[in-house]
Amino acid sequence: MLEIKNLYASVEGKEIIKDLCLSVRPGEIHAIMGPNGAGKSTLAKLLAGHPAYTLDQGEILFKGANIIDMEPDARAHAGIFMSFQYPIEIPGVSNSEFLRAALNAKRKAHGEPELPLEEFETLLKDCMRRMEIREEFKDRNLNEGFSGGEKKRNEILQMLILSPDLAILDETDSGLDIDAMRIVASGINDFKSADKGLILITHYQRLLDYIQPDFVHVMVDGKIIRSGNASLALELEEKGYDWLIPTNKEAFS
Amino acid sequence: MSADAFLGKGSEYKYGFVSHVEMDTLPKGLNEDIIAQISAKKGEPPFLLEFRLKAYRRWVEMKEPHWVNASYPAIDYQNISYYSAPKKKATLDNLEDADPEILRTFERLGIPLDEQKRLTNVAMDLVFDSVSIGVTFKKKLTEAGVVLCSISEAVHLYPELIEKYLGSVVPIGDNFFAALNSAVFSDGSFVYIPKGVRCPLELSTYFRINDQESGQFERTLIIAEDNSYVSYLEGCTAPAFDNNQLHAAVVELIALDNAEIKYATVQNWYSGDPKTGLGGVYNFVTKRGKCAGVNSKISWSQVEVGAAITWKYPSCILQGDNSVGEFYSVALTNGKMQADTGTKMIHIGKNTSSTIISKGISADQSHNSYRGLVKIIPRATGARNYTQCDSMLVGAECSANTFPYIEVGNSTSQVEHEASTSKMNEEQLFYFQSRGISMEDSINMVVNGFCKDVLCELPLEFAVEAQKLLGLKLEHSVG
Repeated sequence: MLEIKNLYASVEGKEIIKDLCLSVRPGEIHAIMGPNGAGKSTLAKLLAGHPAYTLDQGEILFKGANIIDMEPDARAHAGIFMSFQYPIEIPGVSNSEFLRAALNAKRKAHGEPELPLEEFETLLKDCMRRMEIREEFKDRNLNEGFSGGEKKRNEILQMLILSPDLAILDETDSGLDIDAMRIVASGINDFKSADKGLILITHYQRLLDYIQPDFVHVMVDGKIIRSGNASLALELEEKGYDWLIPTNKEAFS
Repeated sequence: MSADAFLGKGSEYKYGFVSHVEMDTLPKGLNEDIIAQISAKKGEPPFLLEFRLKAYRRWVEMKEPHWVNASYPAIDYQNISYYSAPKKKATLDNLEDADPEILRTFERLGIPLDEQKRLTNVAMDLVFDSVSIGVTFKKKLTEAGVVLCSISEAVHLYPELIEKYLGSVVPIGDNFFAALNSAVFSDGSFVYIPKGVRCPLELSTYFRINDQESGQFERTLIIAEDNSYVSYLEGCTAPAFDNNQLHAAVVELIALDNAEIKYATVQNWYSGDPKTGLGGVYNFVTKRGKCAGVNSKISWSQVEVGAAITWKYPSCILQGDNSVGEFYSVALTNGKMQADTGTKMIHIGKNTSSTIISKGISADQSHNSYRGLVKIIPRATGARNYTQCDSMLVGAECSANTFPYIEVGNSTSQVEHEASTSKMNEEQLFYFQSRGISMEDSINMVVNGFCKDVLCELPLEFAVEAQKLLGLKLEHSVG
């Protein structure tokens, strides 16, 4: 579903991603871990199409098509979803208004009619219940006055409503308490299926206790230096990243 | 459909064209002789000539004020023609008698004049270069007893009303531009709603400036007798010229016992070249409403998105007990526009209340200021005011300022003031886009969310189109 080949990317003239390769097939769960500044968030934003990030070299293929010239909204319609590390607040626009506009934009792009208001409200109510978000939040302004945990739950709520094919979750677990973690994990587990891809960007093992990854990649200095299965994450938890990096420097300097 | 006309699609200023019409124009310059000529051309009664001359004499003694938070090159008052009217004038009921070029102008602006195509619930007065061309739906209004006509006509048909009310809310010496207007005003709208009548149609005036060298000095007077109601909308556009045009209008509203006047404005004057700032209309307007009667109410709503410089404070004098004044405003500046706008709420009677909601959006290198006065005089017991002024900045080079003046002379009053500033930026728009919402819709949603409280005060059709217009104006400013 997602093929990244020899990717080089930069932001504000600074090269952040250096020769990154990654493949995600439908049904697979990939975890990307690594120290701060490795470029994990940059990768997420680049996939979503953030205007400040430029692709210098390489290819990103989604469902076989090169997405680099696609606008962020077109990518969303194609089935890419990114959950933000720091979701932004939008005054004056309510949660439900926003979600309805997003959902209908996607349906329109696929030639489907807009979802009638009643059906949308039912869908929203159901998803909010699953994410344990109180009903009154739907009329609150987008992310305004939400706590960190509430914002993250709201991101997963959006993912459930929009039902993308590839979800990239950028440090969704950071700043969550135990209960919030449980709820977010259950939302993600609800989402995953044999035809959906999932990329979890995280620092910690915690989330991976709830969501068993098929692949774990370690990203350092803009490149994936090691890949393995779920046990690699446990090894990192024990040993940190250092044991990987000196090896890396010897082999690649 | 006609709402489109006021607000226009496409981000280029599509009203920039000039119409070629035969005009009757007085030579440039201002003196008592010119004024006498203006009055004579209109066949005015002596009291009105006196009114004009008194105003002129006051004006000559006054100094042009410069406290506005905007800068502009000095205006040469002798280099303006103070009277310019289309030679072929329509008679009262026959729009078809007007100069065909003028009719074509309005068609091109999207104002339907054809009987079948007119907006069925809006009666419209069309003013071309300060002269009223005609009014639609005259019959229906006459049946209800409602008067909508040009001020010039009103002077002949209802001189007693004019003599009683003209200058009663904005006195001739009120300010420099009002004095000038009082001396040289050419035309404008006159509305009279008799006792107990709820006006059956929305009333509206469309102002079109066409002449490059003349100034625009419209005068509008609306009188709502006891227990009456009227909702009125004015729309404004002008061609794109390189020089600046002065638009110094005066609007006076009078609401008697239990009467209500709603006055909405959508202003899209040419705002000058967005890069050089050359040209554009100077929009220096005095608008004031007097809640003269008990339980009376006056509401001002404005969407100001044009003009090189906007300098206006639609205000309410809350004289009658329990009277209510409201001001809802969205002022958008982009390119090199400057706006200094706001309101004055003067609480005089008992238990009066006022609401002010002002939304300023500035983009590119523009400057946007809110200036408001809430004044409660000592004998105004039980007065209440709520003010909310919010600014949104788009990009890094614009500015937004607020100058609130609050003068409370009575200790039983309740005054609340809230203000906020925010920035519309790339991150917000990316958030929307990443969820599949197009850039155009994203801007519209963010701006609409910001202006929601104000837009809902406009008549529905215009609110929807105003929303779109705001989005279009910002399209090239975000990035």
